[in-house]
Amino acid sequence: MSTAVTDVTVPAEAVDPAPDPAAPGPRRKLPGRRTLILLLVLATAAVYLVVRTSAPADDDNPWAFRFFSGVRDWVDANRDTSPLFLYGFNYLRLGVSLLVDTVHGALYGLGWAGLVAAAGALAAVVAGWRIALLAVAGFLSFGVLGLWEESVDTLVLTLSAVLLAVLIGVPLGVLAARVPAVGAVLRPVLDVMQIMPTFAYLAPMTLLFLIGSPAATIATLIYAIPPAIRITALGITEVPKSTVEAATALGSTRWQLLGKVRLPLARPTIVLAVNQAIMMALSMVVITALIDAPGLGQTIVQALERVNVGAAFDAGLAIVVLAVVLDRITTHAAHRAAPTTHRSVRLRLAGPVVAVVAVVAATVLGRMSSWGAEFPAAWRASFAVGVNEATRWVEFHWYDATEALKNVVSAGLLDPIETVLTTTPWWLFLVVVLIFGALSSGPRAAVIAGLAVAGLVGLGLWQHAMQTLATVLVATVATMAFGIVFGVLGARHDRFALVMRPVLDAAQTMPSFVYLLPAVALFGASRFTAIVAAVIYAVPPVVRLVERGVRDVPATVVEAAVSSGSTPRQLLWKVQLPMARRGLLLAANQGIVMVLAMVVVGGLVGAGALGYDVVAGFAQREDFGKGLAAGFAIVLLGVLLDRLTQGAGRRADDNRLRRPAT
Amino acid sequence: MRHVKWIQLTAVAAALSMAVAGCGGAKSDAGSSDAPAAGSKGTVKLAINPWVGYEANAAVLGHLLESKLGYTVDKKNLKEEIAWQGFETGEVDAIVENWGHDDLKKTYITDKKVAVDLGPTGNKGVIGWYVPQWMVEKYPDITDGANLNKYANLFKTSESGDKGQFLAGDPSFVTNDVALVANLKLNYKVVYSGSEAAIIKAAQQATAQKKPLLFYFYEPQWLFAKEKYARVKLPAYTAGCDADPKKVACDYPDYILDKIVSKKFADANSPAFQLIKNFKWTNEDQNLVSDYITNQGMTAEAAGEKWVNEHEATWKPWIPATS
Repeated sequence: MSTAVTDVTVPAEAVDPAPDPAAPGPRRKLPGRRTLILLLVLATAAVYLVVRTSAPADDDNPWAFRFFSGVRDWVDANRDTSPLFLYGFNYLRLGVSLLVDTVHGALYGLGWAGLVAAAGALAAVVAGWRIALLAVAGFLSFGVLGLWEESVDTLVLTLSAVLLAVLIGVPLGVLAARVPAVGAVLRPVLDVMQIMPTFAYLAPMTLLFLIGSPAATIATLIYAIPPAIRITALGITEVPKSTVEAATALGSTRWQLLGKVRLPLARPTIVLAVNQAIMMALSMVVITALIDAPGLGQTIVQALERVNVGAAFDAGLAIVVLAVVLDRITTHAAHRAAPTTHRSVRLRLAGPVVAVVAVVAATVLGRMSSWGAEFPAAWRASFAVGVNEATRWVEFHWYDATEALKNVVSAGLLDPIETVLTTTPWWLFLVVVLIFGALSSGPRAAVIAGLAVAGLVGLGLWQHAMQTLATVLVATVATMAFGIVFGVLGARHDRFALVMRPVLDAAQTMPSFVYLLPAVALFGASRFTAIVAAVIYAVPPVVRLVERGVRDVPATVVEAAVSSGSTPRQLLWKVQLPMARRGLLLAANQGIVMVLAMVVVGGLVGAGALGYDVVAGFAQREDFGKGLAAGFAIVLLGVLLDRLTQGAGRRADDNRLRRPAT
Repeated sequence: MRHVKWIQLTAVAAALSMAVAGCGGAKSDAGSSDAPAAGSKGTVKLAINPWVGYEANAAVLGHLLESKLGYTVDKKNLKEEIAWQGFETGEVDAIVENWGHDDLKKTYITDKKVAVDLGPTGNKGVIGWYVPQWMVEKYPDITDGANLNKYANLFKTSESGDKGQFLAGDPSFVTNDVALVANLKLNYKVVYSGSEAAIIKAAQQATAQKKPLLFYFYEPQWLFAKEKYARVKLPAYTAGCDADPKKVACDYPDYILDKIVSKKFADANSPAFQLIKNFKWTNEDQNLVSDYITNQGMTAEAAGEKWVNEHEATWKPWIPATS
């Protein structure tokens, strides 16, 4: 799913000119800067030592919790009387449920043979025959794993949510790109939608849209639509000015410009938007199972209840396969969607016709014969037993080593950081953010970051926010360390990159619920377990961004360095890494967003703090307000870290390179 | 299944068009079809709360409803809180193992009058503080809560600093642990495991690795069929000693687990309602079905069927005379 975010940013990367050689300029112009920072750090430390607190517990029931609980009670009381519901939410729910049922009817109507054929045919037409083989094999594997119905149910929900995301997201994206005001308003809204933990709005979803598929589809939609909007907007802004000018000169109207020039030219990017929406939607499968969404998520949640890692693994594998198949179909479709490919009409029509015939044939054959009713049981296979054996062995034999590792990291790194953060008075933290933020990212970013800090105070969750921040910082550092090592290795050795790719895909799309239990067994219910889960989830996009950053260093520069006698090590440290600095900063930023997404999962395995607050808010009526407030606190942490890191990256690039407001 | 979906589809479409035509707006129960599928007496919407003991109750009731009374059973996997919401919207007919939840009872039974308490399931719920059995053998007096401070060092972890760790359970469960630690002046820190699965895994590991662990747990629980855990005695529960959640200094009470159904379902007084009302069995019965599901790898449906086939004497009196 995070490919999502990865790729969101990647096209932006591509548009920007090569790294500005003058980037480190401002630093050299201010010789006193380093001394200044050193002095400020010393001053901060001194002030901290004087004013530090004993980390007093937060207020039990601040106004924010009461406010959110009040909203909930109002919804509860007015669901059948307020016009907002009678004419608003209830129709929305009926409409979505109509859509889900239609998609459900269509996919089940094909029968399993028909659906496998349809997947293959679609892949063949839009992405080529290799991908078609992959799609057929992938869809067959659902049946082989004994999870055919569950997989199709998951596909139904994913397709419904993605369909809505495209229908709503593409027009909004076009609007955001063409009308700057819309883009500016939309940006913070999308930020909240993406960072707000789903757990925090799952209970409200069932309040507004009741239990089941419609609520699950809408929850998925909320998570999946931001990349669809952002990437579409990016695609539209990227359309070359010269082309638009040429079309205008030829007398095109505004609508013609959009329909005949901008949209067709942005088509590959829009297909990428669909791709990202799909990946995000698939990451919601397990969580929506908690409000009775059918599919593979149910299998995983049930397996967890029974502490049956093997069964969860089978279902997780099906999700990985579904994600990989859909990803490859859409990415290849994006490459092919470039409007330059000219083939004869007859050739272009031949493929689809053959494909439709094949699907119809498979459907009819499947429906008429006895084997078509249900996936043949004789073909079944499962990894459950093997996985259970293996995890049992690992859990038993590795425990001492993993326990020691956890204790060292917790005592040596996590505890000190947490102590400093929780004992710092909030006003000192605010001052530090403002001063250092202004130095690293400019006054604007610093003010926004400062507002985020003030928001954390206002929500009444200061201590928990600081505890979570400590865990997030350690997880981000670990993510960056792994990400840089693997990213550099991947950039330098093609074979390594080739082997790494499926591993990264799996790490990214395998639901964390599958590997949480072994992690708990090895590291106990602890903050460290949460960090492990976060690192597994966040490393893949960081690796990809680092790899891309290093590979994007112009070949001429590398050649020049080599010919002037650089050793491979010097080449890396003096040339490739410094020139990939922007890519690294982007990777760090991305890593933070991904780590934040796992805070709630951490709450399920003993990390406490904000993650636990959100989980408790979902589970207990009286904690509802606190849970929602904690959700917003996570968003504010995200804004804070984003402004400080992204700002640092932008400042170096200087202000001339204004990114479109995507 | 496919048929049901299409019926729903038409129902939704019909509700949508009617509502549009009438301009009366759509109520929250619009679109849910109560029309029974062909050959069925009706549909019973059972909430399935996420623990195996609950599933055992639902599996047996579900099997009886389908095979003996001819109903269609629609099982909905929901957390407790969400399941109670379902009474109001008509999406849930029955919860078949409820643990206390006085706040929800007040909201949905007393205030909103959308649910009805159908009496005990016969299962007795025990909540308490537990340690693995090997610790009892090594430190025989550890099961007395008064000695916990003596052993606090044993329970230290990376999460509890210089205190002992008490591992708390899933946030949806009823807990007084923080108040207990404070009011009994225990040198312990409450660490939130955050989920039931995490606490079960921690308990299993404590047994396998012989690591000390003091944790929140409950019975009936399938894990007890595999491994032994001993309850630590805290000051005995007396009526009202947990009235103020902040001042609790006594052990958890025993819970009489009960069944809750929606008012609408109760008013219809159908044979399905009668069956759920009559349902009553023992912890041993439930543990047996839970054991089929967890340790013998059966599906809930198969486990329910097996138990029903082998225990006719137990369930026969539940079946209403009229059916």
